[in-house]
Amino acid sequence: MGMTLAEKILARASGRQSVKAGDFVVASIDLAMTHEGLRGAYPVLKEAGVKKLWDPEKVVNLFDHWVPAPTVQAAIHHKTLRQAAAEFGIRHVYGENAGICHQVLPEKGHVVPGDLIVGTDSHTVTYGAFGAAATGIGYSEMAYVLATGKLWFRTPETIRFQMEGNLPSGVMSKDLLLYLAGKYSAEVAQYRAIEFRGSTAKEMSLSSRMTMSNMSVELGAKFGFFEPDEKVGDFLKGRAKKPYPMIKADPDASYEKVFEVDTSRIEPQVALPSNVDNVQPVSRLGKVTINQAFIGSCTNGRIEDLKIAAGILRGKKVNPQVRLLVIPASWEVYREALKSGILEILVDAGAIICNSTCGPCFGGHMGILAPGERCVASINRNFQGRMGSSEAEVYLGSPATVAASAIEGVIADPRPYLPRFPL
Amino acid sequence: MKNIKGRVWKFGNDINTDLISPGKYLDGTIEEIKGHVLEAVNPRFAKEVQKGDILVAGKNFGCGSSRESAPQALKALGIEAVVAESFARIFFRNAVAIGLAVLACPSVYQSFKEGETLELELEKALVKNLDRNISLKGSSLPREMLDVLNKGGIAPLLKDLFGPGRIG
Repeated sequence: MGMTLAEKILARASGRQSVKAGDFVVASIDLAMTHEGLRGAYPVLKEAGVKKLWDPEKVVNLFDHWVPAPTVQAAIHHKTLRQAAAEFGIRHVYGENAGICHQVLPEKGHVVPGDLIVGTDSHTVTYGAFGAAATGIGYSEMAYVLATGKLWFRTPETIRFQMEGNLPSGVMSKDLLLYLAGKYSAEVAQYRAIEFRGSTAKEMSLSSRMTMSNMSVELGAKFGFFEPDEKVGDFLKGRAKKPYPMIKADPDASYEKVFEVDTSRIEPQVALPSNVDNVQPVSRLGKVTINQAFIGSCTNGRIEDLKIAAGILRGKKVNPQVRLLVIPASWEVYREALKSGILEILVDAGAIICNSTCGPCFGGHMGILAPGERCVASINRNFQGRMGSSEAEVYLGSPATVAASAIEGVIADPRPYLPRFPL
Repeated sequence: MKNIKGRVWKFGNDINTDLISPGKYLDGTIEEIKGHVLEAVNPRFAKEVQKGDILVAGKNFGCGSSRESAPQALKALGIEAVVAESFARIFFRNAVAIGLAVLACPSVYQSFKEGETLELELEKALVKNLDRNISLKGSSLPREMLDVLNKGGIAPLLKDLFGPGRIG
């Protein structure tokens, strides 16, 4: 019997010929990512008397949730973590001018196909877009990984979304993921791995794949894979820190379920408060006024996201009732958006450009909502209280939908705004 | 692990980590966070919960973030166990990692009213409603997770591995 991507990677990482869904394995970790979550793992390590890490070369630490530090408390955390990283000899350290972890780690070449990666962030699943088995863990488990280099896993069943067709113009991979959440529920992949397959997956840009892998955790998934291909190879050229295999699932691998999805007729979608699977097409939404529109986050803050927003906003103005925040996902994205003129278009339209940070996505800082306010955002979660007041509302949509909504002041279908000549 | 017995607090489906440990308080300490646990769903909970109480919930409990403050704050409030119809996987692992008992038990939500007494025999995955004499069987935890729980979580486990007198 052949193996899925999850089975292949867990077999290799646990030194076995093969594993199957349901098997418990103790696996060696190839890369451990800690953002400010290191502040939770650090005391556990100190308390236990751990003097050195299993392999500081395989650890990346960065700051992204609260940068630059908005409070004294956050500043103290950063100061402590800089000392902790130095104490343990962690060399791969990125500060305030790098960006959000899930964008920075691929950019800096830390993420390669076939690796087993854990991070103190639930959206670590993003690296599945590169064919890595990557998942979020908590601080105590991270302490265990940092000390021993190992962690146990139950080999997950895999479900496959067989996605065929071309996404219509103005419909992004975010819409597709929201459509899947709405149709199959936020628990469809609970404890499971996902493989996103089919012609739609093959055609999709790497950035668009990252959006879907990123949000696979919103479907409950442990891993959210795309099969790595030449697009991954092109991106990693000159970046990858080590050689890697172009790992594929075996043709006779066993899937718990296969969902056939026709992607050619999907419309722009939004998730209504306060669950990611509370989804409707924008066209059926009715009039929903907004106070804030936000384009950014590890889900949709990449160049293609900013580019489609700029295409929609070029020559237009943000509605005076709305504040539009744009947060490039990384410094690299920021610089490219700056040099290519995207930021100028957005600023001319009235957008507020902030430095790269998670910021408002999790209600940490910058762009917090007041009671009774409403935001449409290109982020990954619309939970009650997610972006500030628990009496505020967050709607999720694609960057195109957010841009069109910023113009109209109500949540709007982006398709009438698509430029005839894209940027 | 001995049986756990306590008074039940009930919560519904999709209780996420932002509700349990809101992002706006995340840069604080667990002592600061615990006063805000689930305040948007039930403002009485954090004020009135008592040591030894048990949380019963519907599907997908703990969905969302990997923040360990979610199970930690529940534990700091005195919650002894969470029994839910199903769990999001990161919360489930985190709870075990910090020594908070968790059990998935499909019909638990309909089998309890708030304030009733639940008895949990974790090793056998048995749940009892002592007020109405109902017995339920949950999904047994794998041996590996029970061992971590019996130890009190990962921190004590690491201490055994790396503490004084060990080669670390």
